[in-house]
Amino acid sequence: MNRPGPGAGAGLRWLLVAVAVGFWPMQASAHLVTTGLGPFYDGISHFFLSLDDVLPVVAMAILGGLQGRRGGRQVLFALPVAWLVGGLAGYFAGGPEVARGIAAVSALVVGVLVAADRRLAPAVVLGLACALGLLHGWMNGASVSAAKRGSLALPGIATSVFVTVALVSALVIGMRAPWLRIAARVAGSWIAAVGLLLLGWSLRR
Amino acid sequence: MTAAALRQAFTTLVLVALLLVPALPAFAHAEQGQVVGFLTGLHHPISGLDHVLAMVAVGLWGAQLGPPAIWVLPVTFPLVMAFGGFLGLVGLPLPGVEVGIALSALLLGAAVAFEWRPPLAIAGVVVGVFAVFHGHAHGTELPPGQSGLTYSLGFVMATGCLHLCGIAIGLMHRWQLGRAALRALGAFVAAAGVYFLAAAFA
Repeated sequence: MNRPGPGAGAGLRWLLVAVAVGFWPMQASAHLVTTGLGPFYDGISHFFLSLDDVLPVVAMAILGGLQGRRGGRQVLFALPVAWLVGGLAGYFAGGPEVARGIAAVSALVVGVLVAADRRLAPAVVLGLACALGLLHGWMNGASVSAAKRGSLALPGIATSVFVTVALVSALVIGMRAPWLRIAARVAGSWIAAVGLLLLGWSLRR
Repeated sequence: MTAAALRQAFTTLVLVALLLVPALPAFAHAEQGQVVGFLTGLHHPISGLDHVLAMVAVGLWGAQLGPPAIWVLPVTFPLVMAFGGFLGLVGLPLPGVEVGIALSALLLGAAVAFEWRPPLAIAGVVVGVFAVFHGHAHGTELPPGQSGLTYSLGFVMATGCLHLCGIAIGLMHRWQLGRAALRALGAFVAAAGVYFLAAAFA
């Protein structure tokens, strides 16, 4: 093999520059995910990787499904819209961020309602879906704004919420065997238990 | 390969490195310890024989009592256990935790062995009281650097799966031979409870 010529020295300089760039400090992004595909997809991945958001949404979708087709439809449309509205409000109004413990309460409350499997008035289901969406949406919007990320992440999150509710609610509404309904209640009990423990973690000194 | 081609390949490599290095920013506050927290939580309930036997005994007893206890007990237990964990997390002490856990194995095993059939409310209270001890003892043992959320999720799921194992085993109650075997299993759990109780007082 020939000895490296002058070009190799230039390459070494390029390599040094590359290493220097690698050590250059970049902006930290609190609790947000970067897919490299843009803010919309960042929002989608953020939702599915945030269990403190996913668990209440799954619980709310099960609750809607347990109430029948009407309840499922209410949650399907109310929750993502409220999430988006809350997200935009949090994004443009900015902080203060809602404490994480409050998010745990939503998993606890909705999980307990699923475990109890009581017939609820449509207005109650609708109100719960709106409250859940506004609360978690606000938290998402405030954190996206604090991290100076594109607001397009919020429709990404709302889309993920819509898809999750559609799949879970449809699954629950389609359940015919009684033991499947019990399985849904057990899932609600587990989500409520996780919510209660998460509340404990957030209050721990 | 000629020297010119080698230089070109080297330069290309450096350019590619330049493009790749700054592609992703540093995530100083990214969620950490999620997966390991989940795995620790999943493993924790099955790492202690006292917890395993008591959880399985809840399922055995539920299956023995039949509907609605077969599903009321497993629905109740995780919630009340989480309440025990909550008490531990906020710093409220619970005296005699180890004794309570040992008693849970002893009494739940004895309930299965003697086919005790109390009203549903009393069965729920018995299971609930012991669940508080289990939650207080095990729900807060999170190693540093791991996610509390995923630890809790794994812990609750593993406990629930132990109940399901107990229910699956307890379904042999339908057969005459199975009933005797189930009672023998209950006696085994109760005997283990006596051992745990002796260890707690030792």
